[in-house]
Amino acid sequence: MASTTEQPTSQAIPPIKVRYCEVCTFPLEYCEFGSSFTKCKESLLEEDQDLYDKFYSEEALAKKIGTLSVEDQTKLEKDTAAKEVKAEKKADAALKKKLASQVTIKRIERNKRKFVTSVHGLEAFDVDLKKAAKQFAQKFATGASVTKNPQGQDEIVIQGDVSADVVEMIEDGVGVLKNVPKDNIVEVEEKKKKGGD
Amino acid sequence: MFKKFSPSTDVSGQTSVKTSVQRSIRSNILSQWKIDQDTLEQFWPKKESLILVKCRDHISIYALHGEPLFFQHFDGPFYPTLRLVHKYPFILPMVRIDRGAIRFLLAGAHMMCPGLTSIGGYLPPPENEIKSGTPVAIFAEGKEHAVGLGITKMDTEEMRRVNRNIGIETVTYLGDDLWAVRSL
Repeated sequence: MASTTEQPTSQAIPPIKVRYCEVCTFPLEYCEFGSSFTKCKESLLEEDQDLYDKFYSEEALAKKIGTLSVEDQTKLEKDTAAKEVKAEKKADAALKKKLASQVTIKRIERNKRKFVTSVHGLEAFDVDLKKAAKQFAQKFATGASVTKNPQGQDEIVIQGDVSADVVEMIEDGVGVLKNVPKDNIVEVEEKKKKGGD
Repeated sequence: MFKKFSPSTDVSGQTSVKTSVQRSIRSNILSQWKIDQDTLEQFWPKKESLILVKCRDHISIYALHGEPLFFQHFDGPFYPTLRLVHKYPFILPMVRIDRGAIRFLLAGAHMMCPGLTSIGGYLPPPENEIKSGTPVAIFAEGKEHAVGLGITKMDTEEMRRVNRNIGIETVTYLGDDLWAVRSL
């Protein structure tokens, strides 16, 4: 990092390079406190045998215990294991929820022959709503915005009846929409309720 | 402070910082942290301008190229982010907690005195006592890198004497929501 123009007398102290775990993003030595310890260990073993030995060989483990009493250590290990199971369950549930969540495309009648299309549920598939709205706006040459619906969730509202085209776009996976599975699309039509009815 | 923090709801705005304000921040940091100008310029070059990210509860995060560098609560002291402390561990005074306390710290608890005064812990000797209200880097027994940042709630000598209750209030720690934020 020191450039050639820099004076050798410069006081700058170079930064320490810290290796972070790829799985849990902690510095390697803190993996044992994370919620994915076994996975962290596996990935490190694959990547860097030496470092793995440094942290998880028998003598390293023995040294690590330090001032902690044996009961405390076993308790800690138990805790970590429990935490791991919990985290796994949580991840599973999140994945299931993701697979089950639906993208709702709603055609809303605004004024007799005028419609708006609202797209709801894209955020479950890691779509940046703002970017998606921009993409829709560009594609259809209409206004498209991210708004909160009455339930307080974000949805994209596109001006004009473009529901069919939106479905097509999601099926083709254009741009930011590429991770959205097409089986989860639901099309709904909503008529404006008359006041006197 | 960052136990619950999500950029989408808690950030209220981003602005670039005026040069004059930046100058005062720079001089503040130089006086508050144990860091010299050259080292500071490594991660914050003079020509680059900071972005001020305003968050809820009067937290302001200062970021460079989207990467958070340090933050401030009201107009209190500046805290570096944990990633910055990992790179430059000497900028804040250091304390160490024993191994038993690590898991509590990683759950966001404040640090109690016994964890600092026990054999595994470390507090600076009486002659360089840390006054209360100083930002400190919290290291852990048997570990090389810092595990969190906090602010002392009493003088370190008092911690030794009283040896109960909160000694250091945790500000940010490994695995909290600020840690999860890579870029703003």
